[in-house]
Amino acid sequence: MSPAPCFAVVVNPSHMQTAAAPCAPLTPRLLDGMRAICGREHVYTDADQLRTYESDGLLQYRARPGVVVLPGSAGEVRDVVRACSDAGVPWVARGAGSGLSGGALPVEEGVLIVLTRMRAVLEVDLANQRIVVQPGVTNSEISAAVGPTHFYPPDPSSQIVCSVGGNVAENSGGAHCFKYGFTTNYVTGMEIVLAGGEVVTLGGKELDHPGYDLLGVFVGSEGTLGICTSVTLRVIPVPEAIKTMVAFFDTTGQAGETVSEIVSGGVIPGAIEMMDNLTIQAAEQAVGAGFPTDVGAALIIELDGARAECEACFDDVVAICERNGSLSIRIAADEADRALIWRTRKAAFAAMGRMANNYYVQDGVIPRTKLPEVLAQITALSDEYGMRVANVFHAGDGNLHPLVLYDGEAQAERAEELAGKIVAACVDAGGSITGEHGVGVDKKRYMPSMFGEPDLAAFQMLRCAFDPRGLANPGKVMPTPRLCGEVPGPYRRHPLERDGVAERF
Amino acid sequence: MATGTVRSERPSTADDAAGLLRACADDAIAVRIAGSGTKPWGHPGAEAGLHLHTGGLDAIVEHNAGDLTAVLQPGVRLGELDATLAAAGQMLALDAPLGAGDGATVGGLIAAGDSGPLRHRYGGPRDLVLGVTVALSDGTVAKAGGKVIKNVAGYDLAKLFCGSFGTLGVIAEVAVRLHPRPRAQATATGTTDDPVALAEAASLLSHSALELQSLDVRWRSSLGMVLARFGGVAAADQAAAAQRLLAEAGVQAAVIEDDEPLWAAQRAGQRSVDGGAVVRVSGRPTQLADACIAAQVGDASLVGRAGLGLSWISLPPAAPGELVTSIARVRQVLAPSPCVVLDAPAYVREHLDPWDHPEDAALVLMRRVKARFDPTSTCNPAIFAGGI
Repeated sequence: MSPAPCFAVVVNPSHMQTAAAPCAPLTPRLLDGMRAICGREHVYTDADQLRTYESDGLLQYRARPGVVVLPGSAGEVRDVVRACSDAGVPWVARGAGSGLSGGALPVEEGVLIVLTRMRAVLEVDLANQRIVVQPGVTNSEISAAVGPTHFYPPDPSSQIVCSVGGNVAENSGGAHCFKYGFTTNYVTGMEIVLAGGEVVTLGGKELDHPGYDLLGVFVGSEGTLGICTSVTLRVIPVPEAIKTMVAFFDTTGQAGETVSEIVSGGVIPGAIEMMDNLTIQAAEQAVGAGFPTDVGAALIIELDGARAECEACFDDVVAICERNGSLSIRIAADEADRALIWRTRKAAFAAMGRMANNYYVQDGVIPRTKLPEVLAQITALSDEYGMRVANVFHAGDGNLHPLVLYDGEAQAERAEELAGKIVAACVDAGGSITGEHGVGVDKKRYMPSMFGEPDLAAFQMLRCAFDPRGLANPGKVMPTPRLCGEVPGPYRRHPLERDGVAERF
Repeated sequence: MATGTVRSERPSTADDAAGLLRACADDAIAVRIAGSGTKPWGHPGAEAGLHLHTGGLDAIVEHNAGDLTAVLQPGVRLGELDATLAAAGQMLALDAPLGAGDGATVGGLIAAGDSGPLRHRYGGPRDLVLGVTVALSDGTVAKAGGKVIKNVAGYDLAKLFCGSFGTLGVIAEVAVRLHPRPRAQATATGTTDDPVALAEAASLLSHSALELQSLDVRWRSSLGMVLARFGGVAAADQAAAAQRLLAEAGVQAAVIEDDEPLWAAQRAGQRSVDGGAVVRVSGRPTQLADACIAAQVGDASLVGRAGLGLSWISLPPAAPGELVTSIARVRQVLAPSPCVVLDAPAYVREHLDPWDHPEDAALVLMRRVKARFDPTSTCNPAIFAGGI
């Protein structure tokens, strides 16, 4: 008999979705089992405690878990997952809960496994440029542990709070990933627990372990393939020189043209970020870095690497900015000034609260050359809907973060509709529905715009290999719930065939 | 079909490839999938009833110069691709050896997960493939990823197919990230006859703030060299700085302007002549001296990516039995780092596990993956790790 599929019950004010209850209810026996594994103080069942975990960083979605459990070791994670497996109860893993796609939204009345107690740096091996950490270690703590000589490049804006387990689940990027790559380019080994409770070691400190690249599929799988209990990461030497500047332009078009010219000229900046006027206004109010608030666009360009290379390229970049009509260029005078510039950029989302009561963050990707075209479409949509859209981009890799501003719940539905049209414009331009925030629950309805039925079926093949009963983070990523069929037995040649007596036609 | 006959097909569309796989799956015929066949690695595998060649799928579908991306069919030869991209000042940063007749294809290189010296800076196939379209043995054509350089929508099946040796299906199309060709290049070298000094010199560079394009070593006949290549406007300045570091490390340092022959030799060192064998060591950078010492076994030679811990130990032609013994000794010295046998006579690949993969939980999971994607075991059966 096939087990019933598990669904997350999604509560969203703008589009209520109803779904079936989880596969099996929580029983007192299961709760007692959890307490025995993790200790009573690490198992929450009171409504007040549970409420804290109703949402992740995307507050539009809420679901109350039946229990929140905080294991303190890899063994406890394994035992908790096994207990869930035995009981047929679905679970969701959660780190710091800073995700922006509802990826850590609990299953209503299911189990939420919170990994924030597992924050040990297990090993720093600088000779081999590796660090081994537990999933609850924050992104910033990794660079701190290998500094000052080395650093860990993926740097999502939430890096002070977000944990590496979540970074693994979402394949997090950040401002520096155009040059340095994403989480997936830095994970060389992991210990994972599958939904059946199996513990699997993938890779190690070495590259190219034989067999399938299961690390590659696990990273970015949004918690649907299992839980990682330790991660081995590659770290790299700190660059010799870093040069940071902000160029201001009348229009985002000019700034976009500048980006294209820099990259096509053979320079790969460490980071290249664009903010439009609304974003500059909000961030400037919040941080007060002295950015002019009457310009159309700010382009933050950071070159890093060997000093000689950096300096040679920096002059080229300044010349390109000027050729494209930059109004003024501010060059970071020292590390404090550089930090101030970055604080302004990284404050952009939070600062938007000063411009409107609510905002909806989008996360589309486009081929970089389509930037002017898609920006024009966003402006047209903004006019059509009569809603302001602020734009922040990781301009090098074409990752757009339009923020749709609105006031109050009444406008939420229209804001989401507008955001949806922006995503559609990105896909039409040959891009993607998400560059770094993940699909979670929020984007799964857009999946069919990028992927057809055979593509989704192939995704499901992978999912079923890891978690045939669908207990791990159900209701995420895939647009509609699916079951795993039985695996057909391997074909065996009939003895008569083998002996050449008979043939198969 | 009579037992023993082997059919050969060159599909020209992804749908045709999927149709062939499906028909073979229905008839329980094993399919051997290959590009130019320059990398006959792994277990010898089950006898195939159909040879599926990707040479009919050889188009450069898109070259988006402004976006630094390309969409390629699997049969595109790397040499031809490089010439096309060079005209735009760009490259696919995968400089793996091209094999017999420079035949290596994009699909073969990705399916084998092969790479060359540029991996130090740009990563391997898994790091450069943005999206993939595959033909599966259930007759469907599925895609994953996309053609933009940043994308987290859906599972990253492109990475699953990188290095899967055709055991999950046929790679019918890939989208890849390109890079600007460096405006200038220069190489600093350091030579020594002491493997420990060689490893220390390489480690010094690997931990320096210099921005290396490639960091290789070689070891042959008791003499070693570390090679550090730089690309960019200031390549010569950086090579000079590396030369100073190497001299401080106590090895004999030089800067080589005309450096291409050196790097061609490094790539060539990853492959074997007939009758010899190559072992790829997935080691740690700190094992480099041990790997050089292991390479003295049976008069072997070594090339390696010093910063990555990857080495290729090439054993000269010998009686197959002796090769098996030598490989076992290399593995013993470098255990538990996986030592995968690449080029080797069939006898060798039959008499040891070329993959050096333990029977562990990861292998169980890999078998589950294979069972979902290719339940009839139609695609390249029994050549991969664990007999997958």
